[in-house]
Amino acid sequence: MESNRPRYCLGLLIMFMVVFSLGIERTANDYILAIVSFTGINIILAVSLNVTNGFAGLFSLGHPAFMAIGGYTTALLTFSMEKKPLFLPDLPQWLIPVHLPFFPALLVGGCFAALVAQIVGISVLRLKGHYLAVATMGFLIIVQVLLNNANSITRGPLGLNGLEEFTNVSWVAGWVVVTIYTCWKIKFSSLGRSMLAVKEDSMAANSLGVDLFYTRNFALTVGAFFAGVAGGLWGHLITAVTPGSFSLIMSFNIIVMVVVGGTGSITGSVTAAIIFTLAIECFRPLEENFGIYGVGEIVISLVLILILIFKPSGMFGTGEPKFVTGKYKQLSPTNGK
Amino acid sequence: MDFGYIAQQLANGLILGSMYALVAIGFSMIYGIVRLINFAHGDIVMIGAFTTLVLMETAGLPFPLVAFFVLLTGCGMGILIERISFRPMRGAPQVTGFIASLGISIMLQNLGILTLSAQPRNFSFPSYMQRILNLGPVSFRVVDVVIILTAFFLMVALIFLVQKTKLGIAMRATAENIDVARLMGIDINKTIMATFAIGSGLAAIAGLMWGGKFGQIDPLMGYVPGLKSFVAAVIGGVGSIPGAILGAFILGLSEVLFVGLLPPIYSSYRDAFVFGVLIIILIAMPNGLLGKDIGDKA
Repeated sequence: MESNRPRYCLGLLIMFMVVFSLGIERTANDYILAIVSFTGINIILAVSLNVTNGFAGLFSLGHPAFMAIGGYTTALLTFSMEKKPLFLPDLPQWLIPVHLPFFPALLVGGCFAALVAQIVGISVLRLKGHYLAVATMGFLIIVQVLLNNANSITRGPLGLNGLEEFTNVSWVAGWVVVTIYTCWKIKFSSLGRSMLAVKEDSMAANSLGVDLFYTRNFALTVGAFFAGVAGGLWGHLITAVTPGSFSLIMSFNIIVMVVVGGTGSITGSVTAAIIFTLAIECFRPLEENFGIYGVGEIVISLVLILILIFKPSGMFGTGEPKFVTGKYKQLSPTNGK
Repeated sequence: MDFGYIAQQLANGLILGSMYALVAIGFSMIYGIVRLINFAHGDIVMIGAFTTLVLMETAGLPFPLVAFFVLLTGCGMGILIERISFRPMRGAPQVTGFIASLGISIMLQNLGILTLSAQPRNFSFPSYMQRILNLGPVSFRVVDVVIILTAFFLMVALIFLVQKTKLGIAMRATAENIDVARLMGIDINKTIMATFAIGSGLAAIAGLMWGGKFGQIDPLMGYVPGLKSFVAAVIGGVGSIPGAILGAFILGLSEVLFVGLLPPIYSSYRDAFVFGVLIIILIAMPNGLLGKDIGDKA
């Protein structure tokens, strides 16, 4: 019997987000607002990677690559018409008059990232386990090299800067709700169950009629779409996109959030993303004041290794905690054991 | 484009290839025995380079002694990493070890930044190593010859070790089937530890060479050679030592030729080329050139 608790939780989440974003935008200073926005973007990234990585078990290191694709697309679409000839003199003709408002540009960015994911998926998704991880890492490095060299569109290593600061807490909060809702619906749909089945035992799932390729590709594409949107939000928050920011370190950070929260648990990803972002922000003044750069990363990797050794399932395991699901019968594979 | 130019490029490829080979062997051995892609392997290269810097510039030891101590440091680091993080995870899903090695890699890099600062440091071998030799159209530095000779010596020694000694037989048995090897009375823990020690020792020596060849080292230097050596190991077939050596030379030569023979505008696409090759090989021939069919890759 399905409980209504998730619906109440969603309602509460939306109400909280509205009140919170309206409240904080009137009271807090820019620094706090930036941190809150980063937290939201990290939530989007962690939850969307969880679809690829946690539900379908596709260990992808390519999340920042999709972010970069989304970020650059959004940036190019919203780039102000006056600055375009100045910043990008060699832009291809057909791109010059293209201009979109922020929201459609984000959608286009996300869709373009999803399209690339489809193409990448066709070739890479035949691999499994850490071979897939390495192939997606190769994809990430290839994207970085291309961004660094396609000077006419991306300005190479300089990146696109001087973007308008469209992203604010309300935009991020809205996308956080959309991401959590979509991923929750996927998890508890028949498609989500197919993903879990593919993750547990692909051969058994296949023999029961689950289309392996379609399921895996769908998981990768959904992850990529939200990563693309997050990239757009991110670019318009720090008002620049550069190839160097979408690095392996970033994919490591997102993976830490997913693993710490519990691979497959949406609640876990959200919690871990909040803790992670706040922890990073706590370490930053420490690093700058005492000149001990790198301490934050060391502590984070240490925590990751300890969690992998002592509690490999993370904070919430693969399921969702009772206070969110109510009496909902959990479909996590570890439940029956 | 005359013969001399191509010969020079080939020589450069050979040098690059022998450094990749030393790192790739470790990757391959560790993968072969515990099915772990050890991402932190590249950072042993960095540790090796900095150990060399300390021993040579500060302590002023003679070169062979430096090389010996660098080898020991590498072995020690390998054992430490295996004991602290990979042994408690043995038996967990493959990806767990991979994430952990990623974590260790980031930790080592940042420990390097914390203790040594992110500034690149100059690195100079003694002057007799820098002398230039001319061999027909090709010019070498002594250090290049030392790199190639050391690499070949270590490779031959390693193949002897794996094929002929008791430890080598234990390693091959463990790689074949860990449970049966345990039943045959092989001390699995010791064997795996020895594998990590040998692989990491070779990587540390590669770090010494990398510093000597390029003259500059920094805490993040291990990242790129580590990744590329992994590509080399995949080309040759992960798990196979001759495969790793072959793959490393193929990668070293083709990388140098890619930069040397194509017009210069393509040379910044070098890394994209290397990783494009990686993806194609993973998809088209996941067992590599000399690897055995393990069956859990694709």
